Amino acid sequence: MTDGPARAVLVRLVRDEGRRVLATLVRQLGDLPLAEDAVQDAVLRALETWPRDGVPEQPRAWLTLTARRRAIDLLRREAVRPGKEALAVVPEDPPPPEIVRDDLLRLIFVCCHPALAHETQVALALRTLCGLSVAEVGQALLVPEETMAKRLTRARQKIAKAAIPYRVPDDHELPDRLRGVLATVYLLFTEGYDPVGEVRPTLVEEAVRLTRLLRELMPGEASVLGLLALELLTDSRREARRDTAGLPVLLADQDRSRWRRDLIEEGVLLVGEGLRRSPDRPDPYVVQAAIAACHALAPTWADTDWAAVVSWYDVLVEVEDTPVVRLNRAAALAERDGPAAGLAAVDAVAGLERYPLRHAARAELLGRLGDHAAAHAAYDAALALPQDPTQAAQLRRRRDRATGPTGG
Amino acid sequence: MPQYAALIYNADVDWTRPEFADVMKEYGEFGQVAAAVIRGGAALYQTGTATTVRVQGGKGGDVLTTDGPYAETKEALTGFYLFECADLDEAVKWAAQIPGSWDGAVEVRPVIDFGSQGG
Repeated sequence: MTDGPARAVLVRLVRDEGRRVLATLVRQLGDLPLAEDAVQDAVLRALETWPRDGVPEQPRAWLTLTARRRAIDLLRREAVRPGKEALAVVPEDPPPPEIVRDDLLRLIFVCCHPALAHETQVALALRTLCGLSVAEVGQALLVPEETMAKRLTRARQKIAKAAIPYRVPDDHELPDRLRGVLATVYLLFTEGYDPVGEVRPTLVEEAVRLTRLLRELMPGEASVLGLLALELLTDSRREARRDTAGLPVLLADQDRSRWRRDLIEEGVLLVGEGLRRSPDRPDPYVVQAAIAACHALAPTWADTDWAAVVSWYDVLVEVEDTPVVRLNRAAALAERDGPAAGLAAVDAVAGLERYPLRHAARAELLGRLGDHAAAHAAYDAALALPQDPTQAAQLRRRRDRATGPTGG
Repeated sequence: MPQYAALIYNADVDWTRPEFADVMKEYGEFGQVAAAVIRGGAALYQTGTATTVRVQGGKGGDVLTTDGPYAETKEALTGFYLFECADLDEAVKWAAQIPGSWDGAVEVRPVIDFGSQGG
């Protein structure tokens, strides 16, 4: 078997189709672990035989049949249900698209059920929804394979024993539950796109893929459009966000010619659609994506439309009022109204005394106001707080560049 | 249908005292509203009335009793219900209506059905 692009395309096809087959089989069997075992077997067989014999004309039907055969084998072995009954439970043909759509949504809502811990939801999303192997999930989340296997087994046991329902939530609970699903997918994305640590492309790509799937399944949902836009616009900067030494580069200093125009274009269109879909109450993801779009469309940091950025932050504070959002608003305000106004706004934000970037923002603005001693002290305050070593290295460099290693 | 134990943890007080009459009234109302899913349950006296029993050396050994609950915690087990519900979502919905979840916590645990475990 060969590696390379052809292999990657095949793996992707098998995973995408495998997820659909799994979603249906879970409903038919009412048993997630059993369905996963059966589909896993079919997926392995496909990866073994398709490169040799060619991809079957109807890959999903092939996977459905193979998984079904395996499920019946497993049921017989467990001797829970006699063979005939088992055959009746699992029809031979894949169901029509609208049923597959509901099956997929049900599977997504099970894996992101609020009765499961966030880290468990993220692991289940990668394993069950994205079709990664246990070893791959462990690698992606930096957890030893054995630990990950245990965590996943516990999760499946809880789903089965506590009877977490396999259904799409009712209309009245859907907004809440969808928010939970999106939070999990966004967590997956940010785990991969850590602003200071290494990018983990697997996580970023699987998160984007899952968001695209959600968009396909729920095309009118503003929050889904917003999340996809936010992910694409954020990811468009991937190549520009680190320097040759591997340290993060501030948005102001990034080489904008390295931003991915195709992702920006798609993201901006999605922001527009998301805004049209939520005329009454803007969705927080759409608004965050709108801010990202302002940056993505600006030719340079200086030429950014800061009035627009501040307005979007005003909207964001309305729908999602957190201290970090207020801090970011203050930073944008400094660009629009000058460092003195920005500093006053930063100082007005309560609750971030232990947040290094709050002190870094103060340091930056104090420096612009010419108070280098105070700026140096503010950088020191930021560096005295616990944080990621990469971020600390970047802050030290900013301090030394602004005020010299020994201060003002 | 699965069954769930709803274990109520909150203030370790004597619920029979007159100042808790309002709370008891709320429990009475809950009992009526949730009658269709309640399969059993009880309110418990304070942990000060508890006796913990251990048998040293296993079955038939010396019976050792200690005064007080098995585990000292800030919030104590003060009562429980047994629900029969379609799924966890329904059990959680009912648990959220137990007065004890408003000023404490209710732990929802699936009950083992030994009848369907065989085979």
